[in-house]
Amino acid sequence: MADPHVKSEVKEEKSEGIFAGLNRDTFDHSDPSEYMEKFKKGISPQLVAHISKDKDEPEWMLHQRMKAYEYFTRIPLPDWGPSLEKLDFDEICFFAKAADKKGGYDSWDKVPAYIKNTFDRLGIPEAEKQVLAGVGAQYESEVIYHSIEKELEEQGVLFLDMDVAVEKHPELVQKYFMKCVPANDHKFAALHGAVWSGGTFLYVPKGVKVEKPLQAYFRMNAMNMGQFEHTLIIIDDGAEAHYIEGCSAPKYGSNALHAGCVEVFVGKGAKFRYSSVENWSKDTYNLNTKRAIIEEGGIMEWVGGNMGSGVTMLYPCSILKGRNSRADHLGIAFANAGQTQDTGAKIFHLGENTSSRIVMKSISKGGGKSIYRGDLRIVKTAKNAISQVECDALILDPISVSDTYPNIKVDNNSATVNHEARVGRLNEEDIFYLTSRGIPVAQAEAMIVNGFINPIVRELPLEYAVEMNRLIELEMENL
Amino acid sequence: MTALLDIKNLEVAIDGKAILKGVNLTINEGEVHTLMGPNGSGKSTLSNVIMGHPKYEVTGGDIYYKGKSILKMEAHERALIGIFLAFQYPKEIAGVTLEEFLLAAYRAKQAHADPSKPPILVFRFKKMLKEVMAELKMPEDFAERFLNHGFSGGEKKKAEALQMAILQPTLAVMDETDSGLDVDALKTITANIDKVMRKREKTGTLLITHYQRILKHLKPDYVHVMKNGRIVKSGGPKLAHELEEEGYEHL
Repeated sequence: MADPHVKSEVKEEKSEGIFAGLNRDTFDHSDPSEYMEKFKKGISPQLVAHISKDKDEPEWMLHQRMKAYEYFTRIPLPDWGPSLEKLDFDEICFFAKAADKKGGYDSWDKVPAYIKNTFDRLGIPEAEKQVLAGVGAQYESEVIYHSIEKELEEQGVLFLDMDVAVEKHPELVQKYFMKCVPANDHKFAALHGAVWSGGTFLYVPKGVKVEKPLQAYFRMNAMNMGQFEHTLIIIDDGAEAHYIEGCSAPKYGSNALHAGCVEVFVGKGAKFRYSSVENWSKDTYNLNTKRAIIEEGGIMEWVGGNMGSGVTMLYPCSILKGRNSRADHLGIAFANAGQTQDTGAKIFHLGENTSSRIVMKSISKGGGKSIYRGDLRIVKTAKNAISQVECDALILDPISVSDTYPNIKVDNNSATVNHEARVGRLNEEDIFYLTSRGIPVAQAEAMIVNGFINPIVRELPLEYAVEMNRLIELEMENL
Repeated sequence: MTALLDIKNLEVAIDGKAILKGVNLTINEGEVHTLMGPNGSGKSTLSNVIMGHPKYEVTGGDIYYKGKSILKMEAHERALIGIFLAFQYPKEIAGVTLEEFLLAAYRAKQAHADPSKPPILVFRFKKMLKEVMAELKMPEDFAERFLNHGFSGGEKKKAEALQMAILQPTLAVMDETDSGLDVDALKTITANIDKVMRKREKTGTLLITHYQRILKHLKPDYVHVMKNGRIVKSGGPKLAHELEEEGYEHL
């Protein structure tokens, strides 16, 4: 049986562990941000035009941005889910550059020291050396570092800063950009379409299998920042890849906004895994849109951990378009004091023999609120579709909350749908059992919680499983 | 000589209801004591209170371990100074392997004994664990399974014996270790416990049981009978045989 804890420690001893030393300060630490003086708060058509001009974008992109801005002004805030009342668009800085280098530096040595230090603390350059095939690092609105292994580049794999992709591969980008998540999808998709900046572009050509994961790390540093990175991933027929995303921001006690967008196109017989560990500061609104379209026989796997943010609204979506395509959604949400984790999954079964599996684990503590919101649809054409949904909630104290809103709509008699939801509480007898062997109460609780999420964490690469367990321990210590 | 465990006039309540009504018991190093008695007499409560279960309220008396009161200590602190409770119903913890759990417990104990010493390396611990498991005739993958998760009754008791062998307590309290076991399983497990106990002459043992059958395998020095929250009779090994024949009614 895979066991990230014990094995990871074996590795830690050899390499000191990439993420073993993480603590709250690692994330909460903010660096100076004098560069912010040049950038204004609030959103306007002038700002949207300015972003496009700054990036020297083609006409079509400017046009798309302006259209998205128009949608943004017209579409109301969602009338369901957590309150977004305190989110003040006039107080957010929508675009800021800390270093002026389009496409990012190609060596960490060239990255300005104060930015590099941040990523060093987060363990990114070290992870790159040890376990990754490529890395992108974004600071505020722009990517400051990007690299990919030579062999992959030679096989035709494109792993680029999104801004660079628009410039260098306009046909490819234009064909796919915001076709999976259209700008009029909802208010934050529209906002994203207007002010998006940075992010990742990944193209894996037909039949190419990328074995080591590729990673992007998104860091907000300044106060009241907004980050709107765009991630566009195209896995061509028969290709395979694994992409990991990490995010964090320091805490200021005033709102920040993250409204990224992830679009994934999984070709025929292709396989893609998208893993993310989102650890935004607790004053961040994380209103992220992630969606994949899966062709015949393709496999899409979402593995996600949501630890941070004040309010999270995130429902990765899989559109099972081709027959025999499959989607797995594995997620963990941890809602501590003052946090609302409104997360879930959306799955649309369109093709025959499509299958999906959702496993969501949520933990609520200190008055935190975690909500599972699911939307599962099986349409007429999706003969013999199979879907399995499992939601487990663990509530650590009497003041915390967990809710489940599964929406299931099946228009096909041949479909098999299975939904299970369980809610559990931390059991005094279990804790006594662990403490009776010399383990202190807090560690015993963390062990039980880590055990609870183990089925999902063990799907992450080893080093990230260590990071995830460490983040859980930090949340358990944090009252 | 200071007694290993000295229980004085112990009174315990749960939710305001008195369960132990003045228990006295002294266990010295190297001694094996058996505590017998009918259901509901307070035997399990006593074992939980010795270990420091937070849900019980000690309303009177004291528990001394090596001459010091342990009433104010939390369960994990009592474990660190050498007290061990083998549970009647060990809990199932999904997602946490037996091995990982034992490593955490072993490291905690090690850090308590000598804070300056670095924690045992994983591969060394695994080697030690493997040796102990071989000695106790356990399959190698046993420790890789989730803690008691989906274990049979016998496997759970085996896991308790393994924990005891690794943590090497000075005071072992065994709560109905024989319950729910068939004759063969009882034989294996008691043989294992016997091995663990014999290795350490200074260990004191309190064996809580319903039946005499376990006593054929683990020979007690003293037998006590508990009834209605008090120890009503104490004696040598013979007392167990008398009880087997006459029952608890006449006491």
